[in-house]
Amino acid sequence: MTKTIAQSTPEEIAAAAKAWEDTEVANFIARAPEAKEAYFTLGDFPVKRTYTAADIADTPAEDIGLPGKYPFTRGPYPTMYRGRNWTMRQIAGFGTGEDTNKRFKFLIEAGQTGISTDFDMPTLMGYDSDHPMSDGEVGREGVAIDTLADMRALLDGIDLEKISVSLTINPTAWILLAMYIALCEERGYDLNKVSGTVQADILKEYMAQKEYIYPIAPSVRIVRDIIGHTTKTMARYNPINISGYHVSEAGSSPLHEAAFTLANLIVYVEEVLKTGVKVDDFAPRLAFFFVCQADFFEEIAKFRALRRCYAKIMKERFGAQKPESMRLRFHCQTAAASLTKPQYMVNVMRTTTQALAAVLGGAQSLHTNGYDEAFAIPTEHAMQLALRTQQVIADETGVTQVVDPLGGSYFVESLTNDYEKKIFEILDEVEERGGTIKLIEEGWFQKHIADFAYETALRKQSGEKPVIGVNRYVLDESDVKIETHPYDESTARRQVERTQSVRANRDEAKVQTLLEELVAVAQDESQNIMPVTIQLVKEGATMGDIVEKLKAIWGVYRETPVF
Amino acid sequence: MSAQIRVLLAKVGLDGHDRGVKVVARTLRDGGMDVVYTGLHRTPEEVVTAAVQEDVDILGVSLLSGVQMTVFPKIFALLKEKNVEDMIVVAGGVMPDEDVVELKKMGVAEVLLQDTPPQQIIDTLTGLVEARGAR
Repeated sequence: MTKTIAQSTPEEIAAAAKAWEDTEVANFIARAPEAKEAYFTLGDFPVKRTYTAADIADTPAEDIGLPGKYPFTRGPYPTMYRGRNWTMRQIAGFGTGEDTNKRFKFLIEAGQTGISTDFDMPTLMGYDSDHPMSDGEVGREGVAIDTLADMRALLDGIDLEKISVSLTINPTAWILLAMYIALCEERGYDLNKVSGTVQADILKEYMAQKEYIYPIAPSVRIVRDIIGHTTKTMARYNPINISGYHVSEAGSSPLHEAAFTLANLIVYVEEVLKTGVKVDDFAPRLAFFFVCQADFFEEIAKFRALRRCYAKIMKERFGAQKPESMRLRFHCQTAAASLTKPQYMVNVMRTTTQALAAVLGGAQSLHTNGYDEAFAIPTEHAMQLALRTQQVIADETGVTQVVDPLGGSYFVESLTNDYEKKIFEILDEVEERGGTIKLIEEGWFQKHIADFAYETALRKQSGEKPVIGVNRYVLDESDVKIETHPYDESTARRQVERTQSVRANRDEAKVQTLLEELVAVAQDESQNIMPVTIQLVKEGATMGDIVEKLKAIWGVYRETPVF
Repeated sequence: MSAQIRVLLAKVGLDGHDRGVKVVARTLRDGGMDVVYTGLHRTPEEVVTAAVQEDVDILGVSLLSGVQMTVFPKIFALLKEKNVEDMIVVAGGVMPDEDVVELKKMGVAEVLLQDTPPQQIIDTLTGLVEARGAR
């Protein structure tokens, strides 16, 4: 007697929804009003009371499609976690190479399936550990790496043909990658078997994370050279991790995180294409990194929309032919900025729901934050619990059995469509205003990020954005103690000793000759900077030697802050 | 009507986390204070020199890289060298409670940690300037 869903027209469904609003909803609200006049996602998208098939009736069927098929809305692979779970990749880094190596082995023992490396500020910014700018910072927030000897210590006893290593580093990425390649060669590995990722996304540094050394043009050229080099020599390596994570952590909305990341993608692809490489030769190795924030369905919709937008950009704008060039793969991290110091164990629950959204959104790799990260870098215990969170989702909840289980949800599909539309609007605006690099120099992205950060601070203050333990359910915690990761005061001494010993024992004339060659390569844009850098690190050049040499010809970048 | 409060906000060292300092800068500006922000990657020397030149009431240093116990002693030594006695030094960012205690002993007037509401920042700084009295 009643019609099936397939027999109902969108008009009938919409009419039924309208009638429901006018009667059931209206009568109910008359007795029991809703808590708010209007509802929005964390990223300010308006959301309706409920969604029906009428809301997605105009969506092209192909846009939703099937997993592993263009435009990959439902996932980059047809079987997703039925074949293999996402890579559980907890980031770690502190002290010297030896110190972090122990943490890596602890995490592998605990069931982690990938490695991710956090470097200290001097390494990220290109200073050797004995430079005056490194005072107090050596091995504090990450691991200190100056030379190939440090890289050997960092990865000692870890089989790099079996486990993938992510290097979370940007302006100095090419030097760390050179050390990594040199180490693989020393160990006699087949470079085409080595998988892994180097972040090397310099544009989002100018926008958000603010780790940069040189002006934009030579910095983008270095990224181009990294992609060019690994495309030819490392078949399974991801030469870039184009990242929205830091844009989000710097304060942006989820929409701007998504759109700005794709704006950066476009610049990198255009730069590599200029060197004559075909898009299908390098696009399959482009990788991404996004945050998973607190708004559960919004984040899932964001990931699905990002996959769809990427596929369309690669196919329609860049003429990619291979499906592999159009499928977006991403690493995900739960939102560090959502962690609180008050009632810090609540961070476990925040991280759990964010991790679940990342999995339902189809992440390829995941880091879950430690409950203590509003205090310091995480302890072993915090990292173990964070890893266990992923293992519970993978092994106990059953969510991995069905690919894209939220596909077809009227709400999620509708929000995915909204995200796609807004992302393309922003990309068009960026183009109209003169392109990504010009807008970075003008502080346009930075202003959008700062505005949303300020808005968020005001919303937390007013309580409009609830944060448990901060603006509601507050407890007196004056006597709460937490054990945090200690900083080993001997780190700088141990680290500097090794760096100085490498300098003392190298063939200085050879290093100087190679540094001159580096300058010549840097000044000739038709050349690739990677081969000479690999030679340099093999001969004992420090990161600081290389960085300072190029500062002399390229200069340094200094931003005009906007707020 | 009291004089407009002058504030120099600074980022010192290699730390690039500027979300907080920019929120504070805007909060104070919207709160009617005269705010100068140095931008990133400054040395303690640059920051103290700028604070003295600008003749600010408050020098606010934001740090999220854990180097507060290296940076603040340098700042106080430089202020002493320049015979500056009445500048209010405030720290902001993520730092452990033990360090907060030490920093206050060193002379830091207030430590504003993450999630301090904007209005509370304005009120705290206004209170510090009132407590110091006119110069």
